[in-house]
Amino acid sequence: MKILQFREALNEAMCEEMERDENVYLMGEEVAEYNGAYKVSKGMLDKFGPKRVIDTPISELGFAGIGVGSAMNGMRPIIEFMTFNFSLVGIDQIINNAAKMYNMSGGQYNVPIVFRGPTGSAGQLAATHSQNFESWYANCPGLKVVVPSNPKDAKGLLKSAIRDNDPVIFMESEQMYGDKGEVPEGEYLIPLGVANVIKKGTDITFVSFGKILKVAQAAAEELEKEGVSVEVIDLRTVRPIDYDTIIESIKKTNRMVIVEEAWPLGNISTELTYMIQKRAFDYLDAPVRRVTNADVPMSFSMPLVEATLPSVEKVIAAAKDVLYVEK
Amino acid sequence: MAKKKSLGKETYLHWYESMLLMRKFEEKASQLYIQRKFTGFLHLYIGQEAVVAGSVSATTENDNMITAYRCHAHPLGRGTDPKKVMAELYGKVTGLCKGKGGSMHMFDKERRIFGGHGIVGGQIPLGAGIAFAEKYKGTKNVTLTYMGDGAVRQGALHETFNMAMTWKLPVVFIIENNQYAMGTSVERTSNVTDLYKLGCAYDMPSEPVDGMTCEAVHDAVSRAVDRARKGEGPTLLEMKTYRYKGHSMSDPRKYRTKEEEEAYKKLDPIEKVLKTIKDKKYASAKQIEEINKRVKQQVEEAVKFAEESPLPSPEDIYNDVYSEPNYPFIKE
Repeated sequence: MKILQFREALNEAMCEEMERDENVYLMGEEVAEYNGAYKVSKGMLDKFGPKRVIDTPISELGFAGIGVGSAMNGMRPIIEFMTFNFSLVGIDQIINNAAKMYNMSGGQYNVPIVFRGPTGSAGQLAATHSQNFESWYANCPGLKVVVPSNPKDAKGLLKSAIRDNDPVIFMESEQMYGDKGEVPEGEYLIPLGVANVIKKGTDITFVSFGKILKVAQAAAEELEKEGVSVEVIDLRTVRPIDYDTIIESIKKTNRMVIVEEAWPLGNISTELTYMIQKRAFDYLDAPVRRVTNADVPMSFSMPLVEATLPSVEKVIAAAKDVLYVEK
Repeated sequence: MAKKKSLGKETYLHWYESMLLMRKFEEKASQLYIQRKFTGFLHLYIGQEAVVAGSVSATTENDNMITAYRCHAHPLGRGTDPKKVMAELYGKVTGLCKGKGGSMHMFDKERRIFGGHGIVGGQIPLGAGIAFAEKYKGTKNVTLTYMGDGAVRQGALHETFNMAMTWKLPVVFIIENNQYAMGTSVERTSNVTDLYKLGCAYDMPSEPVDGMTCEAVHDAVSRAVDRARKGEGPTLLEMKTYRYKGHSMSDPRKYRTKEEEEAYKKLDPIEKVLKTIKDKKYASAKQIEEINKRVKQQVEEAVKFAEESPLPSPEDIYNDVYSEPNYPFIKE
């Protein structure tokens, strides 16, 4: 094992895959000469040259589409969005073209492309720079959506995403890029669509994914001090979702809190809740609860940011509700 | 200047037969649509055939084509079996796209037809991307990217033009200016009505072309393709053309006059090519009649094939969504 930053793990994944397959290239704003807006692609221009590490103008719609077109013609592009907030300018190419091409062409043209970049809030960046579109993309058949929570997963999942023959949305976080973690030496892949039981427990299950998983983990640690045994599950992929792991857990703990950085209406927790009542209705000892963003745009000022995002306190409160214990 | 290729008998006869097939195929499709043999949208290319015919003769089978939703003629021009195009209109499993694309989304990978795209202008960056891949792989193949006059008002065009020029991608952008974006004339959408001038903002070689004449299309596309093959980057060609029919089958064409329509029909590209064939004695009356018969038969066979082909099965909805064979769809 070695210790790497999240950004270094992503960098290793891209470099290894580019060494392995000459049809893999990286394209996006500031990815080459600037070494990446968040330094994820640091050193890659020097290593692979301007043919394969390509700076673009600020034209998300255009370069998303160029990526998709090239993928239809044999390339395996990695398209970096500086953040997924900006992917909305190019979302037509993702939803109408990348996700539909294989189907619309009757299986003639597949689109092996990865769109990656950070998602969600990142400090006080206000309404347009703090959004989570995981559930938007996950809603669309034809796509796969990956949201890793640690450096080891980030590397193994990104390598699988690059090798996948279908379009993959790969969502990171500005606030995770500096996180350090153990990463195995040598090559490894983590399959898409498989959740990870981070911690075993018997009294209640927390489900989360991406950056906000840390909040669920911190809340679990606090509850453990009070003698509550918490199982923590990292979804890792939100399309497809590993329902079996979730259902198996709730059949054991009978209680669940879902922690998600996203607006509440029609998000991933809504979907999980449906599937739990469908498949495990008789196992529930309490309603499933969720802790999500408040149903409002993100504001700038710190008290407003804190009021909007999930927090350890909010998760503990929800857990205690579900456990029917005194707060 | 590229050396002008001599256009002989072979080319004229091919143009005639190819355009006649496009015309007769779509006239038949139109009748079948009215008889409700199939539904959905149906956008006819009738009147614009010279644009595809002249482009096909100016390119090779290794060059790529991508277009918008008025897309029956492009595969037919490249030699796709009319049976498969007709079966796709019918939504049959034997169609080009197994009944999943329909009239607006014709793809033929074998003939390097990259669609058939329904979102106006959405195919423009795709075309540049297809060309990007050719340049990356180091081939000499060129990508013809077609769009209507309506599509040039999309932002995607400007972003793509800028990058395609900056990176000198081997792409030819072809505006099929039939003068109406659905029911809105070019004049009503911008102060810039000479659409080829849009390329000038990006220093892209750009020119207007008589899109009702195969020779003019062929020459312009040949020059553009030569430039692209030499690594000199994109060209913008504005084909001035006309669709005789409405935007789609439901269009009463109240935005233009009968006189205007009749004036364009006098410029008909098929009639012009036929006249040259007769004037230059490239074919006898009997030989022309044989071509006409052959085309008629091809169209009849296409209809018969489409009629007799099976519809897809309901479980086919889960095929061709992911190339991964065992994707776990949500079914509850």
